[in-house]
Amino acid sequence: MKKTIQTVFILIMVTLLYLPIFVLAFYSFTDSANIGAIHGFSLHNYVTLFTKQELQDMIIGTLTLAFGSAIISTVLGMLGAVGVHYSKRFGKTFIGAMNQVPVVNAEVVTAFSLCILLIGVCGVDKSSYVSLLIGHVVLETPFVYLSVMPKLKQMDNSLYEAALDLGASPKTAIMRVVIPQIFPGIVSGFALAITLSLDDYFITSYTKPATFDTISTYVVNATKGSQTEIKTALWALSTIIFIVVVLLVIMMNVTGNKNARRAGEIEKKNA
Amino acid sequence: MQSKSNWLKLSKAQLALPYGLFLVCFVLAPLIVIIYYAFTNGEGVFTIENLTGFFLSTKTIGTLAYSFGIAIVTTSVCLLLAYPIAYILARGNFKHKSVILMIFIMPMWINFTLRITALKEILTIIEGNLSFHPFLNTVIGMTYDFLPFMILPIYTTLLKLDKNLLEAASDLGADTVQTFMKVTLPLSVPGIISGIFMVFLPSMTNYVVLDMLYNSTYIMGSLIGAYFSAYDWHGGSMISLILLIIILVFTLCTNRYADEDAGSSRGGVISR
Repeated sequence: MKKTIQTVFILIMVTLLYLPIFVLAFYSFTDSANIGAIHGFSLHNYVTLFTKQELQDMIIGTLTLAFGSAIISTVLGMLGAVGVHYSKRFGKTFIGAMNQVPVVNAEVVTAFSLCILLIGVCGVDKSSYVSLLIGHVVLETPFVYLSVMPKLKQMDNSLYEAALDLGASPKTAIMRVVIPQIFPGIVSGFALAITLSLDDYFITSYTKPATFDTISTYVVNATKGSQTEIKTALWALSTIIFIVVVLLVIMMNVTGNKNARRAGEIEKKNA
Repeated sequence: MQSKSNWLKLSKAQLALPYGLFLVCFVLAPLIVIIYYAFTNGEGVFTIENLTGFFLSTKTIGTLAYSFGIAIVTTSVCLLLAYPIAYILARGNFKHKSVILMIFIMPMWINFTLRITALKEILTIIEGNLSFHPFLNTVIGMTYDFLPFMILPIYTTLLKLDKNLLEAASDLGADTVQTFMKVTLPLSVPGIISGIFMVFLPSMTNYVVLDMLYNSTYIMGSLIGAYFSAYDWHGGSMISLILLIIILVFTLCTNRYADEDAGSSRGGVISR
């Protein structure tokens, strides 16, 4: 009885959460311009999505920005975390506290304050993409730092010392011993950085060049306009993103399970 | 030899220098800049007019009240929905818990403007015209957007909860309700607090949700947006400062309950 109620509740919540996404996905394969009016099957939304130049530019721009900023953030955050792990109290407290600011702050406040610093005080030209890139790195790096830090704390410090005793230089020891130990944290930090960049609206809209758009800023502008063709092409985009997310999650789980099983086998062998 | 090992220690710590510098330039400096702008006028002269102006104008005070209204209702709805979900997933005996959790988290990875677009289409069918219920639509939109942020931290705390405590409670004669009220709920407070943290502030500031759902009333975030568009950096800085103070007060009040890894709840699933 109790389990039935629980199952029903979970089912209702999942349905509510996914209903809008599925309805939009369904209508993206029709030629109707409004939800509710049933028309025939059509792929014209997908054709528009993959042929219209401004949509192509927007998608490529979003992805380039996400990967570029995520790579910079991952390197910066990882080095920061490793350095802080070995630093004295001051470095730990200062970087730890500063790192927390963009995490707890409202995105619009981060965006606004960064924009007046860069554009107002320093006179950076928005069309140079510098402010946009810095903005995204500010948004993402703290989360990379937070994903790497726990792995450093779990790490056995004597491994590094052992590498040094066996004649490795500090650089080699960090590259060949420390980095492999914290690698899962680096990977999840990178993945998180990409999702943050893809989801961001405020930092992008406050720091971007006027001619550049990411998915977020493009969608917000498109909903203000009344171009039906663009509106329904965005339904197709939403559907494709959903499918990609589902595939990635399945892939992640499959490889995760494989790794877990392998680790289990190794443990059994050793036992 | 001693000096060599000291040098080595220093060089490892130096790896943090780039990030430290970056934080000073792009996190600390912007904070100083907004404090400066908040307390100066167009001529660069010190003034508290931006502050008094905010608290004396009925318009801006109304905006503050409306933001709090939206945020309190959204946070409450999120909490009421997320707690049972997190509880069932963490405590119930479902087979594929992590898969179900993933289903709840997955929408977080679809761009929020696209999700709100989808929600808008559904609400338009149900209500006909979105402008009839602006407050309700905004709360629905924000709940739809922020629910995963509430589920994740509560789920994590409930999962970590020591089962022996629950057994002890029932051994000592507590019934299910008592065990929940006296053991489970108090111990999940850190998760609830970080969930509230993740939902409350975005609900006060994410004005894109309001714009997209045709709610033309301002919240605190829309004020910053309006000042920004009008190039009034002094007014915008004062709003930012007020929001920062709200965050600071909230952090100080909840510090003793806070979870160690509260901030990372956004990436909780990926990093596990």
